[in-house]
Amino acid sequence: MAKELLEGNEAFAEAAVRAGLEAFFGYPITPQSEALEHLSRRLPELDRVFLQAESEVAAINMVYGAASAGVRVMTSSSSPGISLMQEGLSYIACSEVPVVLVNVMRGGPGLGNIQPAQGDYFQSVKMAGHGDFHMIVLAPANVQELIDDMVLAFELAERYRTITMVVADGSIGQMMEPAELPPMRPVRPPEERPDWALTGADDRDPNIITSLYLGAENLEEVNLRLQAKLQEIATNEVRWKEYDTEDADLLLVAFGTVGRICQSVVRDARDMGIKVGLLRPVTLWPFPNERIAELAGQVQGVLTVEMSAGQMVEDVRLAVEGRCPVTFYGRMGGVIPLADDILPELEKLAKMVNGGREAQ
Amino acid sequence: MATVEIPQDMELVYDYPESLAEVDTHYCPGCTHGTIHRLVAEVLDELDVRDRTIGIAPVGCSVLAYNYFDADFAEAAHGRAPAMATGIKRVSPDSVVFTYQGDGDLAAIGTAEIIHAANRGELITTIFVNNAIYGMTGGQMAPTTLPDQVTTSSPTGRDVQAAGHPIRMAELIGGLPGAAFVTRQAVFDVRGIRRTRRAIKTAFRAQLEGLGFAMVEVLSTCNTNWGMSPQEALDWAKEHMVAYFPLGDTRVSEGVHALMEG
Repeated sequence: MAKELLEGNEAFAEAAVRAGLEAFFGYPITPQSEALEHLSRRLPELDRVFLQAESEVAAINMVYGAASAGVRVMTSSSSPGISLMQEGLSYIACSEVPVVLVNVMRGGPGLGNIQPAQGDYFQSVKMAGHGDFHMIVLAPANVQELIDDMVLAFELAERYRTITMVVADGSIGQMMEPAELPPMRPVRPPEERPDWALTGADDRDPNIITSLYLGAENLEEVNLRLQAKLQEIATNEVRWKEYDTEDADLLLVAFGTVGRICQSVVRDARDMGIKVGLLRPVTLWPFPNERIAELAGQVQGVLTVEMSAGQMVEDVRLAVEGRCPVTFYGRMGGVIPLADDILPELEKLAKMVNGGREAQ
Repeated sequence: MATVEIPQDMELVYDYPESLAEVDTHYCPGCTHGTIHRLVAEVLDELDVRDRTIGIAPVGCSVLAYNYFDADFAEAAHGRAPAMATGIKRVSPDSVVFTYQGDGDLAAIGTAEIIHAANRGELITTIFVNNAIYGMTGGQMAPTTLPDQVTTSSPTGRDVQAAGHPIRMAELIGGLPGAAFVTRQAVFDVRGIRRTRRAIKTAFRAQLEGLGFAMVEVLSTCNTNWGMSPQEALDWAKEHMVAYFPLGDTRVSEGVHALMEG
């Protein structure tokens, strides 16, 4: 299939349709409403389910219901809407039904604004709801990756019976660039729904989808099973991309939009004689701890750049474990750090690790 | 369960419904949930839909309802059962989907979900058990607690100036065009139990015929948290609850009317 000029929000919605999406439940919120609008037209014309819910709270619980019935289902929203979905996410995580959601992040806290931001890192990777659980979190840096991540998100969600969240930001959602959509795959026929799904207790014992385990030992057992699954995901599904790290003296770590900007920073810095590489986490959970730890043994310093007050940098520091200095540069409120902002920060780090000497 | 041989000249007239699991429940002695569970199970049997039924349990005393029905079940977050039911019914239109919710679940935390499910005319059936109190959390004031009724969180009685008035959900939902059948019944005596059973059957038939949303509000008791004996609770409910929550249909669409006549 040839490349087309695609808008991020429409592109991920159409990618989901082609990945076999059977139902979408959502609530309009900027900057991702184009996805909901696209699906409001597309799904009914394919005789699949689209429903605009009365709130994000209702939307995620509709998703929970449809996932319990064993269909491929998703929702999408933006930061304040994801906050409202957190209750449902916790129930879904405990019930182990596969769900995909997209967060096109905007500026916060509160109503914030509708500019691109990455302030939901903690919410995505550490506190998606009450109780002990993680979602798989994929962080695309351009429209093509956003498309590819949708296909992967359904595969991962179903393989592990877990939640997969794709976190983009307002700029990826709103930008148009050439990208290629996946081929249309057929939806799963109703008779092939998973054996745990709520399909009616016809010639079998009833299936129960619940997150209630009243006995302490029962609930601990469930938690141990969930943790074992998360460990398996952490072992198998860590993904990242590296640029010019082989001979790097310094390392940039950044994800999403600012991760893409940092690719230009690497080129500019190398032109200036600073030997820098970039690690761009593709899965924010599980996080590429081991690879960052390895690189921390090679480089003299790490600069983490985010569109937030500094959230992922905490995980970078945990991975680095003091092997080298870790500095941070971030912008908030929808301000996107540009190469010209980041380069001086890199020069500062170079000076610091060289004891004030200019980088060689 | 003990089993006995039925003599040849006799007929078995009362048995465990197939749709009810043969297990002990956690409900208090005197609680009317058992009666209402049985009525729902009898109707599922009679309509022969058990094997394609999916129930949604609420948060509240009936949180464990999924253990008591012999049918597929989901356990929803507090108040969200109608949203979960919507998700299931939309992707499985041949399933028979019902929610079983209490007054805190449906009339407080879940008001948005029930109103919009009803307004969309979701083809689901809701059994709304109103006993004017939060049972599971220990007898706090519910949205349906009567004026001046004493609860653990309204120790001097419900002050409507401060806490607002009890909500009449059957009237509220009955005013929505998406609702096909909405009624309020009570299980305080045999006559009421029989009427409630008929209403539950109509509510499920409305779903099977694709007529729209259906809800049966069932006035119920909580002798434990009301601090009464089971009989005192039934008598108190008959006298006080029915006065505030009048029994009868609040919405019968043309389609449901034809169903009831036919």
